[in-house]
Amino acid sequence: MWAYVVRRCLMGVVLILAMTLVTFTLFFATPIDAARYACGKNCSEEQRDITRAALGYDKPVVEQWAGFIKGLFAGRDFPLDEAQREAAPEQVTHCAAPCLGFSNFNAKTINEMVSEALPVTISLSVVALVLWLIGGVLFGILAAMRQGSFLDRGIVGATLVIYAFPSFAIAVFLLNYVAIKWGVFPYPKYTQIADGGVVEWFGNLLLPALTLALLFLAGYVRMTRAFVLESLTEDYIRTANAKGLQRKKVVFKHALRAALTPLVTMAGLDFATLLGGAIITERVFNYPGLGLLTIQANAAFDLPVLVAVVLIAGSFVILANIVVDVLYAYIDPRVRVG
Amino acid sequence: MFELSETPGDGQMSKAPGDNAFLSVRDLKVHFSTSDGIVKATDGLTFELERGKTLGIVGESGSGKSVSSSAIMGLHRGTNAILGGEILLEGVDLLKVSDEEMRKRRGREVAMIFQDPLSAMHPYYTVGNQIMEAYQVHNDVTKREARKRAIEMLDRVGIPQPDRRVDDYPHQFSGGMRQRAMIAMGLINNPSLLIADEPTTALDVTVQAQILDLLQDLQRDFDAAVIIITHDLGVVAEMADDVLVMYAGRAVEYGPCKEILTHPQMPYTWGLLSSVPDLTASTEAKLLPIRGNPPSLLNPLPGCAFEPRCDHVAKVGGDLCRTTLPDLTPATSGGNHTKRCHIKNADEVYEAEILPEIAPDLVED
Repeated sequence: MWAYVVRRCLMGVVLILAMTLVTFTLFFATPIDAARYACGKNCSEEQRDITRAALGYDKPVVEQWAGFIKGLFAGRDFPLDEAQREAAPEQVTHCAAPCLGFSNFNAKTINEMVSEALPVTISLSVVALVLWLIGGVLFGILAAMRQGSFLDRGIVGATLVIYAFPSFAIAVFLLNYVAIKWGVFPYPKYTQIADGGVVEWFGNLLLPALTLALLFLAGYVRMTRAFVLESLTEDYIRTANAKGLQRKKVVFKHALRAALTPLVTMAGLDFATLLGGAIITERVFNYPGLGLLTIQANAAFDLPVLVAVVLIAGSFVILANIVVDVLYAYIDPRVRVG
Repeated sequence: MFELSETPGDGQMSKAPGDNAFLSVRDLKVHFSTSDGIVKATDGLTFELERGKTLGIVGESGSGKSVSSSAIMGLHRGTNAILGGEILLEGVDLLKVSDEEMRKRRGREVAMIFQDPLSAMHPYYTVGNQIMEAYQVHNDVTKREARKRAIEMLDRVGIPQPDRRVDDYPHQFSGGMRQRAMIAMGLINNPSLLIADEPTTALDVTVQAQILDLLQDLQRDFDAAVIIITHDLGVVAEMADDVLVMYAGRAVEYGPCKEILTHPQMPYTWGLLSSVPDLTASTEAKLLPIRGNPPSLLNPLPGCAFEPRCDHVAKVGGDLCRTTLPDLTPATSGGNHTKRCHIKNADEVYEAEILPEIAPDLVED
């Protein structure tokens, strides 16, 4: 088992490195002058050359990539040009490993920016995951147990209608009506647990997390419904009934347990995708997470930030795949090795 | 079935036979309403069973064996099945009790063992967990007590090292062990009626014999009534006291096991006997399958359901077989043996035409 986990993790690292190479090549192969954007408007030819050297854009792409990888493992000092560092040692910024790069646009290391944005996105994703899993599984079971009834059709129909709305529509509706016009919730503003406590943190997260949860809800309701219905036809359900088990126990202990396996897989991967930043939701609610960071970096053509975001998002997906595979062994005893 | 009354008659009406039978199924109907019409999976099934006795129900797939036994377990509740008739267990009609009452009886008074133990056990829970669950649902005991009881039962059904194997998952058991564990699960509450639905079909032959022996042993210990559903006449010959042959949802022959196996009076039973391979016969000998397929239960024929496959229709004469469903009538050999067939001299036909083909050596005697 552990050998398997280690092997998977090593493969994951290789995958991540390959991913950085691809993103590097893609971004820096575009016919734009990265240094011009990094330097900003009204930037003279000289300043631009200085910026270019400071960020290493004067080097070939492969060399830049090698520098980036080195930074990931050993850290780096900006500006990258040694002459510039010696000329103005007070302006040198150290970026400790794992260094994701330096945003000239924000005059900050990307690690700093990410460490501010990531907790927001993680909070948002976790609350959304909890909401959609609870909602999806509960409504799914309810629909399955009343298969063919109005309740069943109502649940499946309603979630599909919600699913049909684009996320910005739901986000704008929740923000404009539920929060602003009806005042059911205060205007959501991200608060750290350290600042306002868990209740305030959660209260502020509820609306944006609900937006995300509603998007996934329809899928999870339908999946849970289908998996529970499928497992209810299995022979072991008949055995459970023949033992005289209560209906509740038959459904929740026996049928749901079997339906959980595919649900965990889906939830793990969807959660990982969300961790890469919920661009639209974060934008509408103005939540300073990875999604908003991505939009801002994109608008400013802040390439190092985009590379870092892609790397983080990709790493989450790779990590989630490993976690899901390991979880499988815990859920399904037949998968366990040895 | 008539037994001598211990108290001498004092002029009162004696009870009709069967009134005090342990299990008495009368005119049981299990119909399923489908979009194509009503499927009569079981239609008018009547039989009786005493404690300590075994009834073998034999028939092809789709003849209504499993559906009938599921009805006794009350497993059709909450489905679209339409049930009729009576299932009296110690005088209580199981079709009339509430769902909750039936649930409490299920697993405690009536238990069932299923055909394929691999799919009949939950793959994600340990064998012990599943056996304990069966005990805990009917007994207010701690987990530790339930576990102790589960280990006892595993030991009783012959699982080696039960205290260790109790924590294994079903896939870690062999086929025979899984069926033993299923039996342990079925018997953990000392049920008075055990239904075994093709308990040996999924097992290899050597293990089959062990499982049958085990079932017989346990039946003796627990004094349970056993219904064994099978299509294997060998199993019936070994286990059953009474035999009920089913065809197209109805009983076509019913009586003591020995009677049925030695003097069968219904062409379908003859067909079943002819389909059993004879180990001592020459390898050239042909098996004699019953031609054709089981009929649709959706639009039953007006006459005998077996008529389209029967080789003996000519012996009845006229259109009788095609137009009139024969009643279950006492067989010519007498006793408690009943059959559903128009042939008058079935005994003679069997001895003259069927026996020489399936067991020539018996004829010479």
